[in-house]
Amino acid sequence: MLEMISLGIKSVFVENILLAYFLGMCSFLAVSKKVTTAIGLGFAVVFVMAITTPVNWLVHEYLLKAGALSWLGPQFSEVDLSYLNFIAFIAVIAAMVQIAEMVIEKISMKLYTALGIFLPLITVNCAILGVALFMIERKYTLGQSTVFGISSGIGWMLAIIAMAAIREKLKYSNVPKPLRGLGITMLLTGMIAMAFMTFSGINI
Amino acid sequence: MSNKKTLFEPIIHNNPVTIQVLGICSALAVTTQLKPSLVMGIAVTVIITMSNLIVSLIRSFIPKKIRIIVEMTIIATMVILVDQILRAYLFDVSKQLSVFVGLIITNCIVLGRLEGFALINKPLPSILDGFGNGIGYSLILVAVGAGREILGAGTLMGYSVIPQSLYNAGYENNGLMVLAPGAFILLGLIVWFQRAVTGHYEEE
Repeated sequence: MLEMISLGIKSVFVENILLAYFLGMCSFLAVSKKVTTAIGLGFAVVFVMAITTPVNWLVHEYLLKAGALSWLGPQFSEVDLSYLNFIAFIAVIAAMVQIAEMVIEKISMKLYTALGIFLPLITVNCAILGVALFMIERKYTLGQSTVFGISSGIGWMLAIIAMAAIREKLKYSNVPKPLRGLGITMLLTGMIAMAFMTFSGINI
Repeated sequence: MSNKKTLFEPIIHNNPVTIQVLGICSALAVTTQLKPSLVMGIAVTVIITMSNLIVSLIRSFIPKKIRIIVEMTIIATMVILVDQILRAYLFDVSKQLSVFVGLIITNCIVLGRLEGFALINKPLPSILDGFGNGIGYSLILVAVGAGREILGAGTLMGYSVIPQSLYNAGYENNGLMVLAPGAFILLGLIVWFQRAVTGHYEEE
């Protein structure tokens, strides 16, 4: 249990998926102009990560990795389909996002209108695919992967909300013209990343 | 648009990273040294050119509703090819790039060019557009990679470039450049410089 909490805290703060691994930058830059939209997208990312990471883990464990098909019979125990990882993961993510969209529409119209426009965008958010690939590379178990997925999502949400809050204030300051938009956002992200580096000693 | 313009415009004036704001994730993650940046740049250039060509060839057969899935499948196939080639011939660089080769799938430049150009243009201009954007992307990668390696480790492609006399005079490598914040800040400065030169301004 303690190990899970430690992993969670590590992936939210110390190894923040956005600030330490640069994943999900595109939507981070595009959608961080207003706090309310940032919160909406943040929740959508956490939601999709929480579903896709365990599903991708199961797909990798029971279908794709070397020897994974041995449950079909001994003659399949040599089969290694791990080169199909990328295409399988992206298909799972796209399908899950689609299903999540339909389910949310059925269950809660309010949540759907809040998240609606952001859900399709998430398919191409590299943070989601990145988490799936990291979990394979680091050989996490199913439980660890789920915790890793959710906490990475929370870390990403934290970063985008912080950025949106800063950019809302930034509107009132006189930034040099060529630095406006992307330039100043990158410099600010660098400073947020520096601030997050102070968490790097934390150990539970 | 003339072919020449299609090829050269994305290199400076419509650079995919600094002007179109696409594909930032990988531009930052792999650039701690020059060598992986170079390999990554070449990989993306190949993938973007090939997928542009394929999509352009079959553009009139792709049903509009499922075009994203078709495009993702084509990109993922190209990425798998490149990944396998890297693993076979450049194993150490492939290890260094780790998950970021796979993440080319969700690199918004590739999808962006397919959607924005290859779907509505003939094969030859599509190849040129893909190649030009790939080169524009690689240029930024190489600039960030070289900057981070020189400032952070005092080396370039593994050879030391800062003279010993400078170290004796009290010069120190800036360790921050190797870490995440260094990448953000350096890219921010490159964007600032590039936009000041080309005169592309963004209104907040």
